[in-house]
Amino acid sequence: MKLTLRVWRQKNADAEGAMSTYQVDGISSDMSFLEMLDTLNEELILRGEDPVAFDHDCREGICGACSLVINGDAHGPERTTTCQLHMRSFRDGDTIDVEPWRASAFPVVKDLVVDRSAFERVIQAGGYVTAPTGAAPEAHATPVPKPDADFAFEHAECIGCGACVAACPNGAAMLFTSAKINHLNVLPQGAPERETRVLDMVAAMDDEGFGGCTLAGECATACPKGIPLMSITSMNKEWLRATRKVKRSPHPPR
Amino acid sequence: MARAVWDSTVGKKTVMAVSGLTMLLYLIVHMAGNLKIFFGADTFNEYARWLRTVGAPFLHEEWALWLVRVVLVVAVVAHAVSAYQLSRRDLRARPDKYVHKKARASYATRTMRWGGVILGLFIVWHILDLTTGTVHPGGFQAGRPYENIVDTFSTWYGNVIYIVAMLALGLHVRHGFWSAAQTLGAGSRTRDRALKGVANVLALLLTVGFLAVPVGVMTGVVG
Repeated sequence: MKLTLRVWRQKNADAEGAMSTYQVDGISSDMSFLEMLDTLNEELILRGEDPVAFDHDCREGICGACSLVINGDAHGPERTTTCQLHMRSFRDGDTIDVEPWRASAFPVVKDLVVDRSAFERVIQAGGYVTAPTGAAPEAHATPVPKPDADFAFEHAECIGCGACVAACPNGAAMLFTSAKINHLNVLPQGAPERETRVLDMVAAMDDEGFGGCTLAGECATACPKGIPLMSITSMNKEWLRATRKVKRSPHPPR
Repeated sequence: MARAVWDSTVGKKTVMAVSGLTMLLYLIVHMAGNLKIFFGADTFNEYARWLRTVGAPFLHEEWALWLVRVVLVVAVVAHAVSAYQLSRRDLRARPDKYVHKKARASYATRTMRWGGVILGLFIVWHILDLTTGTVHPGGFQAGRPYENIVDTFSTWYGNVIYIVAMLALGLHVRHGFWSAAQTLGAGSRTRDRALKGVANVLALLLTVGFLAVPVGVMTGVVG
């Protein structure tokens, strides 16, 4: 396959960026999108040019490192991660636009790499349980109803890639935050922090400068793990319940 | 706690949902009442007169009316202020646009903000036209809403403003009702189709119901 790529190039966080056009040839339809970019980078290195910087790690669709908005879609045209997107989803002679995640909470570091540490700070605000750790407990020590376990697992699938933020017209992190909250709030292990978790994580999400939810539904369409839009509804329900239950101010001044 | 609710994006959306549903409830009653115009001038003007005496003798004349007005003003202001603040926040959260643009979300979803502005301006015109009579075409007659309505819808601009606003209202309710349900945590996978259905029916009913009046005047059924 022969392709024309228009890639966002930006030297560093402070530099002005722009789309640059490249031609790549000899692309196999079995290559992943990242392998196609590797091919481009090999050529760029041989030509003595700066290779395109992009995030990647496991390349198995499970770590959440890869990103890229491809032709306007977070993770491209298929409902999967960019590393699991294959070139067979494109046609010979196509022009493909490649851009970084766009959100003020995800500043561009270089080219297609954005800083997603805002997600880490949302997790730090309550995305954990204060249960004693150590050896794994006996599986049946804490009974969990099957529907609750399924609900928790569905949300636990979130890999924190940030596609929801990239796709949201408001740069909101509602789907990510709701997945993390729902995953723990429905389980007995997460019960002790049920109220503080939702109040603190939503407050941390707001503090990071993410936008609000307008129920456009773009996040759930882009999510490679299929976290449903109803996840946000469940989070809202948890948040309203917590505001009624907790009498203290949910986020004391830092 | 109230402060924390107001400061939160989820809290502000809750304010929008509750104020929106309050206005929606009022609109359903308003639309149904409007349809009395098809029973003739006397019936309609009598109905308008009755609206001022609702709750009597327990409530003094016009108290119920003013109570509704106060609730509505609070709802409109709360809805508009939260929408403005949330929109400012949303635009700040996504300052750089994508080069490769795609038509996203439904038309109703994309027009919520401008639709809301149109509705806000419409409410101002509507009150100046038919409540205070300040910008009313022809002589405004207090206590004779039937004649006043016929005056308004006998002008081309009265019809245009009204029709545009009611189409905006339909779109706004279509996305707004369903969204409010999600914000208040009332949505669920099994209830989603029903909620979307109710949103569509409400939107259609309100738009058609309200538009029946200017169409009635234009076709000579009312006049």
